[in-house]
Amino acid sequence: MLTYLARRIVFGAAVMVGTTLITFLIAFVIPADPAVTMAGAKADPQTLSAIRHQLGLDQPLYIQYAHYLDRAAHGDLGRSYVRRESVSALIANRFPATAILALAAMALSLILGIAMGSVAAAYRGRAADNTLLVVSLALVSMPVFWLGTMLLIAGGLYLRAFPLGGFSGPLSLVLPTLTLALGSAGYYSRILHTNLTDAMDQDYIRTARSKGLSSARAMLTHAMANAMLPLVTIAGIDLASMFSGVVLTETVFNWPGIGRLAYEAVFNLDIPLIMGIVLFSALLIVAANIAVDILYAWLDPRIRLERSR
Amino acid sequence: MTLRRLNWLELVGGAMVLSLVFVAILAPLIAPYDPTRAVAATFGDPGAPSIRFPLGTDQLGRDVLSRIIFGARISLVVGVAAMALTMAIGVTIGLGSGFFGGAVDLILMRFTDVMLSLPFLLLAMALVAVLRPSLLSVLLVIGVVSWTQVARVVRAEAMSMTARDFVLAARTLGAPAPRLIARHVLPNLVPIIVVMAMLGTSGTLLLEAALSFLGLGVPPPAPSWGRMVAEGTMYFRTAPWLAISPGLAIFYAVLGFNLLGYGVLGRRAR
Repeated sequence: MLTYLARRIVFGAAVMVGTTLITFLIAFVIPADPAVTMAGAKADPQTLSAIRHQLGLDQPLYIQYAHYLDRAAHGDLGRSYVRRESVSALIANRFPATAILALAAMALSLILGIAMGSVAAAYRGRAADNTLLVVSLALVSMPVFWLGTMLLIAGGLYLRAFPLGGFSGPLSLVLPTLTLALGSAGYYSRILHTNLTDAMDQDYIRTARSKGLSSARAMLTHAMANAMLPLVTIAGIDLASMFSGVVLTETVFNWPGIGRLAYEAVFNLDIPLIMGIVLFSALLIVAANIAVDILYAWLDPRIRLERSR
Repeated sequence: MTLRRLNWLELVGGAMVLSLVFVAILAPLIAPYDPTRAVAATFGDPGAPSIRFPLGTDQLGRDVLSRIIFGARISLVVGVAAMALTMAIGVTIGLGSGFFGGAVDLILMRFTDVMLSLPFLLLAMALVAVLRPSLLSVLLVIGVVSWTQVARVVRAEAMSMTARDFVLAARTLGAPAPRLIARHVLPNLVPIIVVMAMLGTSGTLLLEAALSFLGLGVPPPAPSWGRMVAEGTMYFRTAPWLAISPGLAIFYAVLGFNLLGYGVLGRRAR
C-alpha cells in the first residue's frame, strides 16, 4: 500500500512538472508584450526595457522557466500584470466561493446521477429506462451557460425566489449549483446504468438470486458495490470538466470565484494570472486523482493487493 | 442497412442531425431575412416576437430566426472540422501508443495525462485569446484541447487488436508496421472511431458555443449561437426570448449527435 501511495505521488508530481511546461510554453506563444500591458501603449522604450528587465523577460527562455519553476515550488506564482497583486493571494481570496459551489454541485450531481442510474437499471429495457436515457442525454446536451441563464430568468426574474447573481448566503447558492450539477448528473447516471447492468449479468448475482434474494435486493447490496467503484474514479477525473463548468457558471451568476477571475484574466491577457489559475486547477485535479486512487485501493482489496505486488 | 433495422435512438438522432445539415445548407433559401442586416425599426431595444418576426428581433433590429438559421452553418462547420481534428490527433496518438507499446506508449500516455489534468475550457480560452478569435483559430484550438479521451479509448482498443492472432500471423509473415496498422489494426477500429466521432461532435459543438458565449468565438457579424445567448443575457430583464431560442438551437444540435452516438454505441454493445 505504501509503495503504491509513493508511486502515485511521484507520478502526480511528474504530471505537475508537465503542466508547468505547457503553461509556460503557451505564455510565450502569447504575442502581447507584458511590458506594454503594464505600462500602456504610449510608454517610451526606456520604461519598457526597464520593466522587461525587472520581470526577467530579457533572459533566455530556459532560465526564465527555471526561475518560474523555482518560484512556483515556493508558492509564488508571480504578480498579476493588471491588478498588481500577488497571483497566489488573488487565487486564495477567490477559492472559497468556488470550493463551496463545486462541492455542492458535486454532491448534488452524484445524488441525482446515482438515483437516476439505479432506477433506470432496475427497469432495464422498459419505458422508465428509455425515458431516463433520454432525460440524462438531454441534461448532458444542455449548454451550461444557457441552462444557467434560463434558471436565472425562471427562478430569479419570474419566481423572484432567488437572487439574480452574486454570492450572498445559502439561497444564492441554489441556482448556480443546479446549473453546474445537472449536466454531470446525466453523465453519472449513464455510467452507473452501464456498470449496474453489466454487474447484474455476473455469476455472483445469479448465485445471490438463486439463494432467494429479490432482484432489487441483489442489485442494491451486491451489484451496487461493484458498480459504484468506477463512478468514484470518474467523479475524480470529472473535476477537470467541472472546472470548465465553473468558469461558465460563475460568469453567468457573477459568482466571486476563480472561474470569474480566469475569465477576467483571459480578457486582460494577464499572463501570470492565467498561468497561475491553470496551474492551481491542475494541482487540484492531480491531488483529487491521487485521493481517489487511494480511496479506490482502500475500497477494493483486489486493486490494493495487485498493485503492491 | 435499411431504415427498419435502425434503433429508435439512431432514427431520432439521425433525423435531428440531417435536419440541421439541411438548414445549414439551405439557409439562404429558408431564412426570411438577411441575418446581418437591420430589418425592423428599432431604437436600440429588442423587438418582441410577432408574426413578421416569429422569434423577435435583437437590439440592432436583426431577425433572430434568420440569425439562428445561418448560425447552424458556423456551428456545424466548426463542430465537424474540430471533431475531425480531434479524431486525427486522438487516433494517431492512441494508435501509436497502443500498437507500439513500450517507450512510445509511456511518453504518449504521460503527455495525455498532463493534458487531462489541465482544465480544457480555460486552456482553450487562453489559446484563442492569444491567437485572436477567428473561424480557423477556434476550430484548431478546440481540436487541440479535446483529443485526450479519444486517444485513451483508441489506445485500449488498438492494444487488444494488436495482441490478436491474425495480427500476429501477419507479423510472422513479415508484414511491416505501417502495413499491419493500415490493413489489420485500423480497419478494426473503425466502428469505435465512428461512435467517438459522433459523441465527439456534441463535445466540440458545446465547446464552440461556450467560447462564443465568452466572446472568444467566431467574430461578428457572422451569427453564432453562443454569442447570441451572451447578447441575450444583457437584455434578460426586458427581452428574455433573445437568450432562449439560440440556446435551444445549441441544445437541439448537441442532443442530435448524442442520440445518434448512443444509438450506434448500443448496437455495438449488443
